[in-house]
Amino acid sequence: MMQIPLEHILILSAVLFSLGILAVITKRHAVVVLMGIELIFNAANLNLVAFSRHDPSLLQGQLFSLFVMVVAAAEAAVALAIVLRVYQYFRTANLNEIVSKENN
Amino acid sequence: MLFYLFATLAILSAAYMVLTRNLLYAGFSLLVTLLSVAGIYVLLYADFVAVTQLMVYVGGVLVLILFGIMLSSRVHDKSVLSESVNKVWGVVVTGFILVGLSYTILNANISALPWLQAAGTDVLGQQKSTVQRVGIKLMTDFVVPFELASLLLLIALIGAAYIATDKPKV
Repeated sequence: MMQIPLEHILILSAVLFSLGILAVITKRHAVVVLMGIELIFNAANLNLVAFSRHDPSLLQGQLFSLFVMVVAAAEAAVALAIVLRVYQYFRTANLNEIVSKENN
Repeated sequence: MLFYLFATLAILSAAYMVLTRNLLYAGFSLLVTLLSVAGIYVLLYADFVAVTQLMVYVGGVLVLILFGIMLSSRVHDKSVLSESVNKVWGVVVTGFILVGLSYTILNANISALPWLQAAGTDVLGQQKSTVQRVGIKLMTDFVVPFELASLLLLIALIGAAYIATDKPKV
């Protein structure tokens, strides 16, 4: 099987990272912002795993990506619980509307 | 080649996630992105990470996100649509980041790094699975982060359950 060039994987993860940033910047629904953050986590994990391929005895990259996944799961659980509370309180999950309601 | 199929799928579905206005469509296109990234992990000889990606992200985080969408908006309502703001600035910032990262990656000449040259690239491909290695590493070199991760998960579980439950109004 042909070896996948390292640059191509890094470019792919750069594209995924930029799309995650774009989602975080342009979207105003709190859940979509969380989805953008998950996309950024995936891009970072992809880089770690790609470099871990060249680190056969240690596997440090793969282990790091496992810990990143653990932290991402914990973050998603807590953040979605907070979003639900905010929705119950303000009756909206739109960040701009929450800010304007907070200021009133 | 399989990698480029998965890469195209991941980029297309991630772009659709950003472009669509419907939250549910965004959630399901994120599903496709996560599945393609899991496929790429398999191609990079990271089988345990790929299975963990399937179980944690697709089985856990994505279900949580879909629950979050359905509990925080009415599906046949306008609230399931989310408008985009800051479009110009978002595209400008993202373009700068993407161009900068690509320029750096293409100019860094990564394949010529000494430690990459020293390590035989296909050594990982000779063995069948990384599960045993990962388990041994988790119980020896990485035992402190492993225990800390279990503590963090317990805290997140208790905290999320406490935040999300209805408390009587005082």
